[in-house]
Amino acid sequence: MNQNTIQKIGFGFLSFSVIATISFLFIIIFFIAARGIRVISWEFLTAGPRDGMTAGGVAPAIVGTFYLTLGAIIFALPLGIACAIYLCEYSPKGAVVNIIRLSINNLAGVPSVVFGLFGLAVFVKFFNFGASILSGSLSLGILVLPLIISATQEALLAIPHSIREASMALGATKWQTIKKIVLPAAVPGILTGTILSIGRVAGETAPILFTAAAFYLKGYPKSVFSEVMALPYHIYALMTEGVYPEKQTAIAYGCSFILLVLVLLVSGLAIFIRQRQRSYYHG
Amino acid sequence: MDNLPIKMRAHGVDFFYGQHHALKNINLDIAKNHVTAIIGPSGCGKSTFIRLLNRMNEMVPNTTLTGKIYLDCLDILSPCIDPAEVRRRVGMVFQKPNPFPKNIFENISYGLEVNGIKNKQLIEDRVVESLKKSAIWDEVKDRLHDSALRLSGGQQQRLCIARCLAIQPEVLLFDEPCASLDPISTRKIEELILELKKDYTIAIVTHNMQQAARISDYTGFFLLGDLIEFDKTEKIFKAPHDSRTEDYITGRFG
Repeated sequence: MNQNTIQKIGFGFLSFSVIATISFLFIIIFFIAARGIRVISWEFLTAGPRDGMTAGGVAPAIVGTFYLTLGAIIFALPLGIACAIYLCEYSPKGAVVNIIRLSINNLAGVPSVVFGLFGLAVFVKFFNFGASILSGSLSLGILVLPLIISATQEALLAIPHSIREASMALGATKWQTIKKIVLPAAVPGILTGTILSIGRVAGETAPILFTAAAFYLKGYPKSVFSEVMALPYHIYALMTEGVYPEKQTAIAYGCSFILLVLVLLVSGLAIFIRQRQRSYYHG
Repeated sequence: MDNLPIKMRAHGVDFFYGQHHALKNINLDIAKNHVTAIIGPSGCGKSTFIRLLNRMNEMVPNTTLTGKIYLDCLDILSPCIDPAEVRRRVGMVFQKPNPFPKNIFENISYGLEVNGIKNKQLIEDRVVESLKKSAIWDEVKDRLHDSALRLSGGQQQRLCIARCLAIQPEVLLFDEPCASLDPISTRKIEELILELKKDYTIAIVTHNMQQAARISDYTGFFLLGDLIEFDKTEKIFKAPHDSRTEDYITGRFG
């Protein structure tokens, strides 16, 4: 076979892979949207469930997911960024740091239900926070910490050594260099990590199963110590419990659709911010 | 050295990267308000040497330095000296232009801010003054708030020079400042260096021997970590003392 034919087959395979991947994505979005959009109404977005989960809306679950995600990010973002800065910029290079890095990467691979059990044992029981927004947010936060740390590390490593040198050569301290030069330049990369984390946190079910989520609640959470409803858990509950599967399945698709839209909106916003930063920082 | 006032002096300097003996017993004086060029083939230690003069090499792990380096009468290697203080007095322009990913104004004001200057008016005056001194003011005066990364390579390098000048150093170190620039930008930088030597003491590492001949008053030739010859530039290029210097400047190797 001549080289051009081989090249064509190669490119053909590569473009097929891309098309296949994109098709799956669109099929999922289309499938969820087609089934979910039917049940979306003003009431669905603003009211609580009624008639044994077969009618009404899912507003408390939307609000709950919002609180849980916000709480997890508030907890994990500063901690993760600080941790990454230490590992990248300050820690002495060597075996210990490599082991720490490896452990963090491994933490990212731990099944999410394990974080749920951990949250139950530590936050719910040991610290006695009970099943609450606080316990759920902390469990979700620990789950995304590795994601935020590795994204931040990547972003920091991508900042050229030459601009750190330039800063130090002007008599800046290492701390000033990191705060005023390295971190601002790393913001787009860190944002990418944050986007991924938000999507991950909003959609996780297992970590909140034992730590925060309730099947049905009247009204909205009053404090961080309240139990909450959450979209992913609500979907799970609708599909596994109750006595009117058809009606409940329709509502579950509605919830999925809302979850999808929320995650896409957040990602879109973050990508928008990131692009603006990028075009500023990269000329 | 004709009894010129000496601004910086390296005395018996040895430097190691791990086991590698990168600089061997270097003794070199840098005359005040003159341009001193450091030439030599790649890997001869010329960049290593110049980076000792503002203590940049100590950021490289696993290195050892012995000997003395003086700035005026100050022993800059003394443990009680803050390296940041040395770097404020001895500025550096690097091989590749490395502006900060900030706007043009902020690139210059940064050095002032990290050194504790808060007076807005003073900062603004210094920014304008340094841009003018670096012969880039006319090109950027209408877009001080544009990203510095949109400037051309030559403009970026002059911006980096302006950034150094803003904190009013006494010595300027140039580490192959024109290595990535076209001939026109190179000429602008050379003219600038000749202009700057009125107010500053300058040391420049260069690969380009014509450049050394054009702009320097003194030239040191490094080879494999040794300072082979150090003399007036004229002397080095017209009647070198050492045959290795002659071989290098006539292009027989390197």
